[in-house]
Amino acid sequence: MSISIQDIIKEENKVFSKTKLLTDKVFSYCPGCGHGVAHRIIMEVIEEMGIVNQTIGVAPVGCSVLAYDFMDIDMQQAAHGRAPAVATGISRVFPDKYVFTYQGDGDLAAIGTAETIHACSRGENIIIFFINNGIYGMTGGQMAPTTLEGMKTSTSPHGRDLHQMGFPIKMTEIVAQLDGVQFATRQAVHTPSAVRKTKKAVKKAFENVKNKKGVSFIEIVSNCNSGWKLAPVKANEWMEEFMFPVYPIGDIKG
Amino acid sequence: MGELRLMKGNEAIAEAAIRCGCDAYFGYPITPQSEILEYLTLQNPEKTTGMVVLQAESEIAAINMVYGAAACGKKALTSSSSPGISLKQEGISYIAGAELPAVIVNVVRGGPGLGTIQPSQSDYFQSVKGGGHGDYKLIVLAPNSVQEQYDFVKLGFDLAFKYRNPVLILSDGAIGQMMEKVQISDFTPRWTEEEIVQMTGSWATHGKPETRKHNIVTSLNLQPEPQEEHNHHLQRKYKEIEDNELRYEKFFCEDAEYVFVAYGTSSRLCQKAIQLGREKGLKLGLLRPITLFPFPKKQIKMATKKAKAFLAVEMSAGQMVEDVQLAVKGKRPVKHFGRYGGMIPMPDEILEAMEELIAKVEKKEAKKAQKKAKKKAEKEAKKQKN
Amino acid sequence: MAKIRGAVVVDVERCKGCVICVNACPTNVLSMSKDVNGKGYSFSYMENPEACTGCMSCSLVCPDVVITVYRMKVNE
Repeated sequence: MSISIQDIIKEENKVFSKTKLLTDKVFSYCPGCGHGVAHRIIMEVIEEMGIVNQTIGVAPVGCSVLAYDFMDIDMQQAAHGRAPAVATGISRVFPDKYVFTYQGDGDLAAIGTAETIHACSRGENIIIFFINNGIYGMTGGQMAPTTLEGMKTSTSPHGRDLHQMGFPIKMTEIVAQLDGVQFATRQAVHTPSAVRKTKKAVKKAFENVKNKKGVSFIEIVSNCNSGWKLAPVKANEWMEEFMFPVYPIGDIKG
Repeated sequence: MGELRLMKGNEAIAEAAIRCGCDAYFGYPITPQSEILEYLTLQNPEKTTGMVVLQAESEIAAINMVYGAAACGKKALTSSSSPGISLKQEGISYIAGAELPAVIVNVVRGGPGLGTIQPSQSDYFQSVKGGGHGDYKLIVLAPNSVQEQYDFVKLGFDLAFKYRNPVLILSDGAIGQMMEKVQISDFTPRWTEEEIVQMTGSWATHGKPETRKHNIVTSLNLQPEPQEEHNHHLQRKYKEIEDNELRYEKFFCEDAEYVFVAYGTSSRLCQKAIQLGREKGLKLGLLRPITLFPFPKKQIKMATKKAKAFLAVEMSAGQMVEDVQLAVKGKRPVKHFGRYGGMIPMPDEILEAMEELIAKVEKKEAKKAQKKAKKKAEKEAKKQKN
Repeated sequence: MAKIRGAVVVDVERCKGCVICVNACPTNVLSMSKDVNGKGYSFSYMENPEACTGCMSCSLVCPDVVITVYRMKVNE
C-alpha cells in the first residue's frame, strides 16, 4: 500500500504549525536571522501556558523594535536601552502579570547597561531576553560592546582592537552575580537541539515569574548574516566556531 | 472635607499623590525635592492605598518606569529638580509621543549645569517649548502656594487622563521647601483593575483578552505619512487643550496701568510689590498664568487696552517675557526683571524695577505730549501769521 | 511493519530562502527551488518526500515560521 503525500497532509496529522500568537505579518528580519525563532519560541510558551491575557512585552530599539507587529500580545515600545526600567514600571503596578523585555546587545549591553544591572539587582519579577549577535544590526552593522576581538564591523573596519576599543562584555556572567537574578542562561537557536533547549529555558523563565522568583535572564547567541556579511548557514557555522568560545552555551545560574 | 495641616510644599505633593489615588511613584533623590521620595517611603502607602513607591537608579530609569506604568493605564508620578528633569527629557518626549498620561514634578533650582540648589524659574523654556525632541507640548501647571502644590497633583492626573498627555507641575525650590497650611482632601480610592480596563482598555497594555486586538504603546512610525498624521493629531489635541484648559489669575487688574506678569514664587513677590506700590499711589496689577501651556495670550492682549506697560518678573534671565512680548505684539512696552542663579528678588527690588519702567513710559509720554504741544503751537503761530 | 511517514508544507510566499531548514534536515528531504517566489527568493521544498519522518527539525529552526509539519504512522 503506497501512501501519498496528500494522505499525510491532514489536519489530524499536523504536528507543527505557526503559533496563533504570531501575527500574519512577514518578519522584517533578514533571511536566516535568529530573531524569528526566538520570537516563535516565546510566543509558543505563552500560548502553551495560556497566559496571553496576563502577559505584557517590552520591545527595544534595534532590529526587534517592531516585535510588537509580530507578537500578538499587548506590548510597549521602550526608549533605547530603557526596556528593563519600563518593565519595572509595568511589573510593579501589575505584580501578577508576566512581563518580559526583548533586547539586543547594543540596547542591553551598551546604552541600557545601568537599567539592566539595576533591574537585575532589584530582582524585578521579569524576564529579560537578550539577543546577542555581536553587532548593531538595525543601524547597519556597527561595533557593539559584544563584538569579538578582531571582528570587522563598519565602525571597527580594521577589526576590533582590544587596546583601543576594549573587550567584549559578557552580560550574562555579570548579571548572574547579582542576588536578584534567579536564573541566568546562555542559549542559541540555530539547530533543532539548541531550539529545544532554549524553549525549555524560556518555559522555566515564565515559571519563575509565576512563582515570583525575580529576574530570569536568557541570552540567546544569534547570528547577524547581513552584519557579518555571511550567508545564513555559513553565519551559523561562524557563530559556533567564533562566538561560542567567547560566549559559551549553557546555564550560568539557577 | 479633610483636615488643615501645616506642610512643606514637597510633602504636599507626596500626600496629595497618596490621597488622589495615584498608583505609583518612581523617583531619584535630588535637592530641593528629595522630601517627596522621603515622605512617600516613610508613609509607605503600598500598605494602605496600594500605591507603589520605588527609588530608581537614575532619573532616566524613573521616567521610563513611569512610561511602563502609565502605558498600563495606571496613574504614575515622578519628580525631580532641574538637572534631573534634563535627564528625563528623552522619556518625556516618548511619553508625549506615545500619548501616555503621567504627572511630572519639577522643583526648579538654579542652573545651568549643576547650578545651585536654591530656587529658580530658569526651566521655563524647557517646560513650555518642548524640552525633549520633536513637536510636543506638556500641560504645564505652575503652583504658587503649598495648597496649589497639593491641589495640582489631582488636577494633573485629571488632565493627563483627559487628554492622554503628560502634565508638568513646574514648581520651584521656594515652594517646595516652604511650609504653609494645606486643606487636605479625603482619600480617593485607586482605580480597581476593572475600572482601569474600562477606562483605558482601548489603548493600555493589560494583557490581551480574546475580545480585543493587541494593544501596542509606541511612538514609532517607520513611514513618514502616518507619523505626519500622528503629529497632526497631536497638534489638534494641543489646540483643544489651549481652548479648554487655560488657567490664570488676576490681581488688582481692574484699574491697573502697569501690569506684572509672573508665575509661581515670582507672582507672590509681585503681590507684595503691588501692595507697596499702591501705598505710593501707583496703579499696579498682576496677571498670573497658572497654566504656562496653555499661556494666557488673549488675556494679556486684552490687558493692553488699559495697561500702559508690562513687567515680566521671573527668577530667570528672561524666558516667559518672550511669550508676553508675543502676546502684546508690540502694542505696549514689555520689560523683564529677574534675579537668577538661585537668587530670589525682594519685593522692593521688583517695585523699583517697575518704577523705572513707569518713569521711562512717563518720560516717553511727556516727550510725546511735548512734541504734540509744540506742533500745535507751531500750527497756531502759522495761523496767526497768516 | 509500522513506519513513521512525514510531510512538510512550506508557505512559499513567506519563505526567504535562507537554506537553514535544508541544512537541518537529517534525512535530506528538502532542497531549494529553482523558481523564485513573489519576493524573488528561492524557497525550500520536499525534493525527496519519501524520506520525511516528520521530525520537525526544519520547522524548529525556520526563522520565518513558514513550515507546517505532518506525521502519521503507516503500516506497510
